[in-house]
Amino acid sequence: MPDLLIALPFLAALLLALWPSPLLNIAAALAGFLLSLTLLTAPREVEGLLLLDALNLPLVLLSAFIGLTTAIFSAAMLPAEGFSPRAARAYHAAFQAFLGANYLALLADNLGLMWAAIEGATLATVLMVALHRGAAALEAAWKFLILCGVGIALALFGTIVLGLAAQPYTGGGEGALSFTALLRVGREADPALLSLAFIFLLVGYGTKAGLAPLHSWLPDAHAEGPVAMSAVLSGLLLNAALHAILRARAVVALNEAVLPPGALMAGMGLLSLLLAALALWRRRDARRFLAWSSIEHMGLAAFAFGLGGPAALAGVLHMLGHSLVKSALFFLVGRATLLKGSQRLEDLRGLVAGHPGLGWALVLGFLAIAGLPPFSLFSSEFLMIQQSAARLPWLALPLGLGLLVAALALLRAMQALCLGPATPDARPPAPAWGGSWAVLGPAWAHLLAALVLGLALPAPLAALLAEAARIAG
Amino acid sequence: MSFGQIPYDVAHLLGGGMLLSGFVLLYQRRLAAMTGAFAAQGALLALAVAWQGFIQEEPGLFISALVAAAVKAVLIPLALRAFILRLGLQRRVEPGLGIGASLIAGVALVALACLVVLPATAGAAALLREDLAIALSVVLLGLLMMVTRRHAIGQVVGLLSLENGLVLAASGVQGMPLVVEIATAALVLVLAGVAGFFVLLLRERFESLDLSLLHRHRGEGE
Repeated sequence: MPDLLIALPFLAALLLALWPSPLLNIAAALAGFLLSLTLLTAPREVEGLLLLDALNLPLVLLSAFIGLTTAIFSAAMLPAEGFSPRAARAYHAAFQAFLGANYLALLADNLGLMWAAIEGATLATVLMVALHRGAAALEAAWKFLILCGVGIALALFGTIVLGLAAQPYTGGGEGALSFTALLRVGREADPALLSLAFIFLLVGYGTKAGLAPLHSWLPDAHAEGPVAMSAVLSGLLLNAALHAILRARAVVALNEAVLPPGALMAGMGLLSLLLAALALWRRRDARRFLAWSSIEHMGLAAFAFGLGGPAALAGVLHMLGHSLVKSALFFLVGRATLLKGSQRLEDLRGLVAGHPGLGWALVLGFLAIAGLPPFSLFSSEFLMIQQSAARLPWLALPLGLGLLVAALALLRAMQALCLGPATPDARPPAPAWGGSWAVLGPAWAHLLAALVLGLALPAPLAALLAEAARIAG
Repeated sequence: MSFGQIPYDVAHLLGGGMLLSGFVLLYQRRLAAMTGAFAAQGALLALAVAWQGFIQEEPGLFISALVAAAVKAVLIPLALRAFILRLGLQRRVEPGLGIGASLIAGVALVALACLVVLPATAGAAALLREDLAIALSVVLLGLLMMVTRRHAIGQVVGLLSLENGLVLAASGVQGMPLVVEIATAALVLVLAGVAGFFVLLLRERFESLDLSLLHRHRGEGE
C-alpha cells in the first residue's frame, strides 16, 4: 500500500504536465489522502525499500491532509497567481511531484533512498519558487538551490559514512543503508565514524529543516513562490528533513561512546529559536515573518527531540501542530496579500474590520502559533518547558525567554494585522474558484485539527504518538 | 580482495589527480578553462570508480563509472561549453578571491579533512581511510569554490565538483548499494539542468551572471 501512495502523485504529475487542471490536482490529492488513511490498518513493517512505523505514519497522514487542503486552496488562488499556461503546467506537476517525493522521503527505509527523495522534493520546490520570475524570486530560488545543494551534499557524505560505519556488520549490499538493519548494528559500530556521520547528517539535513546557522534560504524561499508552495514547504519539507535527522539520531544514539547527538540537536534548536525570536521583531514582509516563525518552531522541535525521553512526545506533537497552524496562516496571509495587493505588514492592517471571516481565522491562527491554549502548540511547548525545567534547569531560562520574545512578536503582529482600522483594499476580491470558502475552509480545517490535537487527543492517536516518541528519542 | 601495492597506488594516483583538478578549479579564472578542469576531474572520477570496481570485484561500480564518465566527463562539460559559447563568455575573467589566498585556504581545508577523517577511521583499512580523506578534501574544495566565486557558472561548477567528491567517497565504501550512486548521478543531471535554466533566467533579467548584483533584491531591502 505505501508504494501505491508514493506512485500516485508521480503519475498525477505526469498527467498534470499534459493537462493542468486544478480539479485533477484536487482529485489526486484526495486519492492520496484516502490511500494514506488505509495505512492506519496496514502492518507496520519493512516492505522492500519502504518502512511503515509509528514515527512516519502520523507524518504521512499529516502530509496527505495538508496536500489535500493545499490543493483546494491552490485551485482558489490560481487565477490570482496569474500563471502563463506553461507555468501552470509546471506548477501543478511540480506540486504533485513534490508530494510524491515527500511521501517517499518519509516512508523510505533505505537512507540513501530517503536522501534522494529529499533532494527530489527540494528540486521540485526550487522550480516553484522561481515561477514568478521577478528579481527577488530569482534571488530566492538561487539561494535555495545553492544552499540546499550544499546541505544535501553534506547529508549524503554523512549517509556514506554511516554506511561505512555499519559495513563490517551488515556486510554491505542493499541492506547496508537500511534503517532497520542499521538499528541492529548501531551498538557495535565504530563510535568515531558514527559521530562523524551524525555531524554531517545534522548539518546537512538541518539546512533543509531551517535550523541555524544554515537557515538563510528559508525566509526568501517562503516569501517569493506561489502562496500554496509556502504552505507545503513549511508544512511538509521541513518535517521530512527533521524526520531524516531523527532516523539518523535513533541509530547513533544506540552507541554509548558517540558524541551525544541529543545535545547537538538541542543546541542547534535553541540557537535557531533565539535567533528567530529576535529576527521576528524586525520583519516588514508578512510571508518572511511567518517563515522566520517556522525557523523558531523547527528549532523548538529539534530542542525537544534533543532532550529526548518524554520531551520527544512534545517534539512529535509540535511538528504536527506547527505544520497545521503554519500552513493555515500561509493560506490566510496569502489571501490577505491578494486583497490588499501588498505583502508588507504595514499594508495589511485591520483585517477583522474589513474581512471578518479572514480576520478572525487569522487571530486564532496567530494565537495558536504563539503557543496559547487551547491549541496543540500550547501542550507541546508546555511539556517542553516542564521537561527542561525538571532535567536541565539552566536551559529552561533561554528556552522560556526565546518562547516569550517570539510569542510577543507574534502577538504584536496579530494585533497590527487583525485589529484596528482597516487599510484600503487594493481591488475587489477576485471571484475565486469555489468562492471564499475554498480559501478559508482549508484554514479553518487546519485550525480545528490543531484544536483537537490540543484539547482532546483521541486515545488511539495518543498511543501512536507515544510510540513515535519512543522511536524518535 | 587484497590490498597489494598496485591497487593502493593506482587508487591514490586517481584520487590525488581529482584533488589536483580541484585545486585547478579553485584558481582557474577563465570560464572555458574551468570547464576543461571540471571535465578532467569527471574523467578521473570515472577511472577511480572503475578501479574500485576492479579491486572490490563489484560489477555494479562499473555501471556507476560509466554513468560518471557519461554525465560528468562528457555531458555536463559539453553543456557548459555550449552555454559559455552561447552567452559569449569565452574570454570572461572572473574576479574572485586572489589566487594565492584561495590556494592557501584550499591547503588548509585539505589539512582539516585529514585531521577530521584519519583519526575517526582508525579502525578501517588504510586505502579506505585515505580515500575518504581525499573525498572529503574534494568536497571541501568544491565548497570553497562556491564561496569564492561570484559568477553563477562558477558556483554551479563548484557544486558539481563537490558532488564528484561524494561519488568518490561512496565508491570507496565496500558494498554501498547501487541505488545511492544511480540516484546521485540522476540528481546531478537534474541539478545541472535546473541550474542551467536559472542561469538563462538570470541572464534574461539582469544581463549579467555576476551574483553580487542579486543581493540588491533581497525582498525586504527598500
